[in-house]
Amino acid sequence: MAKRDRLSGNEAVAIALRQINPDVFPAFPITPSTEIPQYFASFAANGEVDTEFIPVESEHSSMSAAIGASAAGARALTATSSCGLAYMWEELYIAASNRLPLALALVNRALSGPININCDHSDSMGARDSGWIQVYAENNQEAYDNMVQAFRISEHNDVRLPIMICQDGFITSHAVENIELLEDEEVKGFVGAYEPENYLLNPECPMAVGPYSVTDYYMEAKRNQAEGTRHVERVMLEVAEEFEKLSGRAYGLFEAYRLEDADRAVVMIGSAAGTTKDAIDKLREKGEKVGLLKIRLFRPFPADAIAEALKNVKAVAVMDRAEGYTNQGGPLGADVMSALFRARSSALAVNIVYGLGGRDVRVEDMEQVFAELKTIIDNNDAGETYRYMGVRE
Amino acid sequence: MAADISKLGLRTKWQDLTEGMVIAGAGTSRDFLTGEWSSVKPEFIEEKCKQCLLCVPVCPDSCIPVKDQKRAEFDYDHCKGCGICVKACPFGAITMEGVN
Repeated sequence: MAKRDRLSGNEAVAIALRQINPDVFPAFPITPSTEIPQYFASFAANGEVDTEFIPVESEHSSMSAAIGASAAGARALTATSSCGLAYMWEELYIAASNRLPLALALVNRALSGPININCDHSDSMGARDSGWIQVYAENNQEAYDNMVQAFRISEHNDVRLPIMICQDGFITSHAVENIELLEDEEVKGFVGAYEPENYLLNPECPMAVGPYSVTDYYMEAKRNQAEGTRHVERVMLEVAEEFEKLSGRAYGLFEAYRLEDADRAVVMIGSAAGTTKDAIDKLREKGEKVGLLKIRLFRPFPADAIAEALKNVKAVAVMDRAEGYTNQGGPLGADVMSALFRARSSALAVNIVYGLGGRDVRVEDMEQVFAELKTIIDNNDAGETYRYMGVRE
Repeated sequence: MAADISKLGLRTKWQDLTEGMVIAGAGTSRDFLTGEWSSVKPEFIEEKCKQCLLCVPVCPDSCIPVKDQKRAEFDYDHCKGCGICVKACPFGAITMEGVN
């Protein structure tokens, strides 16, 4: 039986982790993710988990320890934000290229500078090419549900890649919402035991992890790694289907909200999608055909499915909570536009940078975006395709 | 899934590599022929050798085998041609192109 509770996003993820009862959790604190290891440390101290909780001296070390634990055969994870993720840079690539299943509870926060502790997606967007799976949440419930599903995707034999479970700093990590929790036993049964085929602590078969690859092998190794990525969409949908049977909550690669008959659409990631849904509901009452595509899986990027979902829209605004400094827009804009181009879409698309460093996104802001899309359709011209929203100018 | 690294080579396809490039099995470094890394190798001139064995411990790749207190021919499968042994020999019993 599910139970309702009012929890912050960080508490919700920490409870999911208590229910998963991982083997090893190395951590170093950084705002706004600090509460995740903080709550978890009390679970460990109270004997509610069997986890080896390791307070390390840096994020470079927390990810290194998680990698070592995973290579040894343990179910491991860590948590971080912003500059903490940046300090794990080298290890992110090592975890993915060594095909080590492990999780990172990431609470999205702006990267310095200027130094700022509030939400944007510049931290995880920078890691988008590291080979990690990236999954994003709109609200606390989704952050919890994604964490429960994380290891099933990451550890799947056809995937075996690390997974980043992302949520918006402060907006979901610290705001309290009513959410539905699964019973401990349900989560335990769903996640199951981790039984890797090869691992360092297996006395039957000693092994070497992370050997040097000369030029003769490096390129084949990277292609081999890409094979794991190609299975992620299928596995994620299989896991989501099973999760729905358990929880009654349905998940896909993305959420299409009132998109079916929409002629105007917004594509975005994270908590501002909730604000956008309010704007859509208001505009729909006035008969306007507007909808939302909210990304759940960002890496690998489900381009075909996204292009298919957007095939009937006349204009799209792709919203980036991160700058790309390409003079073209942000990373989501680049990916969605390339998906539309490859699908030979005739939609007029713009890329809007918004919400940097925690800048508020209001319902009226999103209504304005839909108004701009209407102008674009009326003029049959996307105009400036790289725009800012909510900046003083 | 154990990788037989002796079968790896320039024709190995990505499909035949192990996941994450792991090498399952112990003691596999002897199958990795680091001798391929260089074309210039030391030469052992046995008649000049006094069997002092000063060359043996300085070899970074353990490529000078010793049996019955006497050194034998170089293990060219693993010798990278660094030339340190040439410098260590007091009797000119090891020579190598480019090393005085």
